[in-house]
Amino acid sequence: MNWLANLVRPKIQKWVRPKDVPDHLWNKCPACANMIFHRDLEKNLFVCQHCGHHLKLAIKDRFAMLFDDGLFQKIELPKAPADPLRFRDLKRYGDRLKEAQNRTGEADAIQVAHGKMGGIGVVIAAFDFHFLGGSMGVAVGEGLVAAAELAVLQDAPLIVVPASGGARMQEGILSLMQMARSTVAVGRVKEKGLPYIVLLTDPTTGGVTASFAMLGDIALAEPGAVIGFAGARVIENTIREKLPEGFQRSEYLEEHGMVDMVVHRHELRATLIRLLGLLRNPKPAGDLLRLPGADVKAAR
Amino acid sequence: MNFLDFEKPIAELEGKIEELRHLANGGDLNIAEEVAKLQGKVDKLMRATYGKLTPWQKTQVARHPDRPHGLDYIDGLIDEFMPLAGDRAFADDKAIIGGLGRFRGRSVVAIAQEKGRDTDSRIRHNFGMAKPEGYRKAQRLMSLADRFGLPLLTFIDTAGAYPGIDAEARGQAEAIARAIEAGLDLRVPFVATVIGEGGSGGAIALATGNAVLMLEHAIYSVISPEGCASILWRSGDQAKEAAEALKLTAQDLHRLGVIDAIVPEPLGGAHRGPAQTIGAVGDAIARALDGLEGVEGGLLRAKRREKFLEMGRAAGA
Repeated sequence: MNWLANLVRPKIQKWVRPKDVPDHLWNKCPACANMIFHRDLEKNLFVCQHCGHHLKLAIKDRFAMLFDDGLFQKIELPKAPADPLRFRDLKRYGDRLKEAQNRTGEADAIQVAHGKMGGIGVVIAAFDFHFLGGSMGVAVGEGLVAAAELAVLQDAPLIVVPASGGARMQEGILSLMQMARSTVAVGRVKEKGLPYIVLLTDPTTGGVTASFAMLGDIALAEPGAVIGFAGARVIENTIREKLPEGFQRSEYLEEHGMVDMVVHRHELRATLIRLLGLLRNPKPAGDLLRLPGADVKAAR
Repeated sequence: MNFLDFEKPIAELEGKIEELRHLANGGDLNIAEEVAKLQGKVDKLMRATYGKLTPWQKTQVARHPDRPHGLDYIDGLIDEFMPLAGDRAFADDKAIIGGLGRFRGRSVVAIAQEKGRDTDSRIRHNFGMAKPEGYRKAQRLMSLADRFGLPLLTFIDTAGAYPGIDAEARGQAEAIARAIEAGLDLRVPFVATVIGEGGSGGAIALATGNAVLMLEHAIYSVISPEGCASILWRSGDQAKEAAEALKLTAQDLHRLGVIDAIVPEPLGGAHRGPAQTIGAVGDAIARALDGLEGVEGGLLRAKRREKFLEMGRAAGA
């Protein structure tokens, strides 16, 4: 059967696969390589219907999926100094930055919005991996600080959704400092007694994992996401060994006690709403409905 | 003495002096003048070389095998040192050594990263690359300092946190994140000193001090020049260019407002005058502590947080 599968099937697929459809109509699953009709993918919250792989999500889709009725208000983030080190490798960092800005129409790799989830006001900060690998420089730090400040101001829980390769090398030591800066920022939310929830998505590594992303009161992870400190290649080069199957994936982290749960994207909103409800409305729902002046003794 | 590539001319002259001295022992007395002349040449050359080290040369000096290490600072500066071991969960990580002791009379908690000096000790200290248990030990010692109102002194010298399967399995990222958080939460004076290599997350985990000091030829960076070159230049050969671009020298960091003070090294680098270097670091720590002691704990914490919250906000090279 092998020769058949290898030889004939691709040819058949070649005939069957429409050639001239615009890019945005069909997507290829990066995990199983099957083609998925874009509208189906969108309906399925960008989870492959063939293999269940969770594709990377654009921030607007993430916001639309999490907030009640897909309604949210994005906040404008303070401007950060662009290219503070005037960094240049094979290309100018300033040019890379502009290119990413033009391509995405956004200022940097993070966006912050507020809205409701299950009727509870929340602030969500989400990363765009397609903006320079979601890397954390001063602007991303600025976004996290703004998100934390807004959460405190609104007395609302903060949910952060990282998708990041780590610190942004081209901002040198200043990107490293964002690890401390973001830790201070989320610390303020926690100190106010507000829930700080992290939803780890593919991938979350390096300085992002080693700071605010691992400090959540609750840590959720999407299935199959790469989450870790050191990159797989660096580890392989250090220990000169092949890495075990599933290493640094969400399920591996769950097994090793590093995240609370791995949640399928279809269950994500409901899971978060339940968590928020339990943390924010600690009294039984009956108490909230009880009319003033009703039997107080019974309520105690 | 180990010589670095760019120190070759200095090494040659010093070799000549050594030869002459050897001859002098043989009875020739007219040699003193010649030695003094050569020594003068060495000093001049050294001043010229060390006065304008490139970032890549500084990287080599910061990693010099004879440079004083973490334990040398503990030996030299901390009296009555009582090492405290273990993270109470898994192991004792000897890449990070910490404990109680006295710094110029006052009780402190001191934590140092140690790379080791010979094959045996390098293996014992895992080349200064800590695993989660090291960062968890540091967290434990930080809370000890907090509980007893003792200043915290840290000495940073690491290529980075250890990248390995076991480290990942036990939560390297979480351990570093919590150490950063613990350092920022302290209500006691916290003075961090980068004595050699400040390697990325593995360094900042112990460096969220009220005052961050740095030796003149130490480096502190988000990634090693080699690592940066292999990613951005797609070749490790461009480490020199990467070192320039990363702005990892004490002088650059001071300009960027990331560190508070630079501690001068003796001519020719810390390895040419370990005792003098350690003493200078001690003096700088004492000065920093003077400004912090007596400040109310909550205020110390608030000021430290405020400082790190501003990092990068007003930066511009």
